Amino acid sequence: MIAPQNIHKTFGGNRVLQGVDLVVDQGASMVIIGGSGTGKSVLLKCILGLEQPDKGEVLIDGQNITNQNRADMLGRFGMLFQSAALFDSLTIWQNVAFRLLRGRQKRPRTEARDIAISKLRRVGLSEKVADLYPAELSGGMQKRVGLARAIAADPDIIFFDEPTTGLDPIMAGVINDLIREIVTEIGATTITITHDMSSVRAIADHVAMLHHGRVQWCGSVDTLDQAQDPFVDQFINGRSEGPIETVR
Amino acid sequence: MTPLAALGRTVLGLLASIGRLTLFFGETLGHMIRPPFYLREFGHALFSIGWLSLPVVGLTAIFTGGALALQIYAGGARFNAEAVVPQIVAIGIVRELGPVLVGLMIAARVTSSIAAEIATMKVTEQIDALITLSTNPMKYLTVPRVLAAFLVVPLLVAVGDVIGILGGYIVGTGTLGFNPSTYIRSTVDFLEWSDMRSSLIKGAAFGTIAATMGCYFGLTSGRGAQGVGRATKSSVATAAVLILAANFLLTSLLFAA
Ligand SMILES: Nc1ncnc2c1ncn2[C@@H]1O[C@H](COP(=O)(O)OP(=O)(O)O)[C@@H](O)[C@H]1O
Ligand SMILES: [Mg+2]
Repeated sequence: MIAPQNIHKTFGGNRVLQGVDLVVDQGASMVIIGGSGTGKSVLLKCILGLEQPDKGEVLIDGQNITNQNRADMLGRFGMLFQSAALFDSLTIWQNVAFRLLRGRQKRPRTEARDIAISKLRRVGLSEKVADLYPAELSGGMQKRVGLARAIAADPDIIFFDEPTTGLDPIMAGVINDLIREIVTEIGATTITITHDMSSVRAIADHVAMLHHGRVQWCGSVDTLDQAQDPFVDQFINGRSEGPIETVR
Repeated sequence: MTPLAALGRTVLGLLASIGRLTLFFGETLGHMIRPPFYLREFGHALFSIGWLSLPVVGLTAIFTGGALALQIYAGGARFNAEAVVPQIVAIGIVRELGPVLVGLMIAARVTSSIAAEIATMKVTEQIDALITLSTNPMKYLTVPRVLAAFLVVPLLVAVGDVIGILGGYIVGTGTLGFNPSTYIRSTVDFLEWSDMRSSLIKGAAFGTIAATMGCYFGLTSGRGAQGVGRATKSSVATAAVLILAANFLLTSLLFAA
């Protein structure tokens, strides 16, 4: 279970998070939606300790997060960054196999490479890209490599930050199916950020909508369409008229 | 703001920076003695800091040695002491110019590239990605570079010393009319072990400063392309000033009395 509680985060005068509460159960798939710039990525970074929240705490399996249990959590964790964040001094397969080449899960290079190539296949990339460098790939391909890296060591907890942004509709469908598969097969606990409603419907068990630094609405994906919330209604139907201001 | 307040603010800011740099360096040492160690990154750092700096070091040293020989000859001629060229070139290069110029060239070449690389990693979330992959950026990025520079810059300084003296020799025997074997014997007889030792100690100190500044400013870079630019500029300027200050300090310690 991952539960950020009352998270506040301000950058300069920009009050990004103003008391976010969320509970993600073990093995559940939580999808966070919300306009761009509402602090979805910042929330993930606060959970991971990459940003220090000004106020509030994160519970992991019911316990307050400390350096020790955060390190334990990261040991069985994978993340796809919004910008992919591939290491540009390493080749594609070395990026994917990063965790398999060092640390606790270290194994022989040939074995790590084989695993990397099989993960690349799962995200729709052929063996041909394995020895290229990230700069030689398109943005959408980099994103998929980032996804392969996130799942390379079969983590229990995975965060996906906009997994389908920048992909064509077919590839987006492939990635949605893959994420769904990971959630159901491995039983991983996942948090996914997306603007893509087809992703939401394909991936989510639960949906939380972030607005004005808080969770505006949270519920099961089945109840999303019946939600009596004008913010959710405007967002999922993509209307320009509504309570969410379009100039931000 | 009164000038006094401005001065006070500057001094306080400077002290705070020195404090942060010292803490960063202490943290680096702490990580150096605790595993995991990243040997592949260390090897890579040795290669790029040591081997790839050789051309720059060699060219800097040879021209400086040559110019020094010409100046000492001209200066010595004013009181009929032209014969001291080999000795003064040797001591000038080994004690001061070799370490300082190599140190400054390393600041230009190595500090800047470390800072720009790490700052770019920071602004493109690669540092965040490292952390989520259970890899400590201090251990993975800083320790290999600082350790490599500490070990390899003394060697670069030694190479620079030899090539600098060679520059003096070429000018001395080529245009100033020194006898080749006399020139070499004067140099070898004159230099003492303590001169060489000071050269190596300075090299180790300057290498450590250069790499540490690159890592510090890279890891603390601001956002965007502007952040990378600022980090690079500050790293080189700080490294150069600290190298010159350390040189003065070490010279006064090593050659006291
Ligand atoms: N390190 C940072 N420094 C300053 N501002 C930041 C930083 N990270 C994010 N922000 C700001 O926080 C807000 C939310 O960003 P983000 O979480 O990336 O939005 P999104 O919901 O689209 O993922 C934005 O206004 C962004 O400019
Ligand atoms: Mg985002």
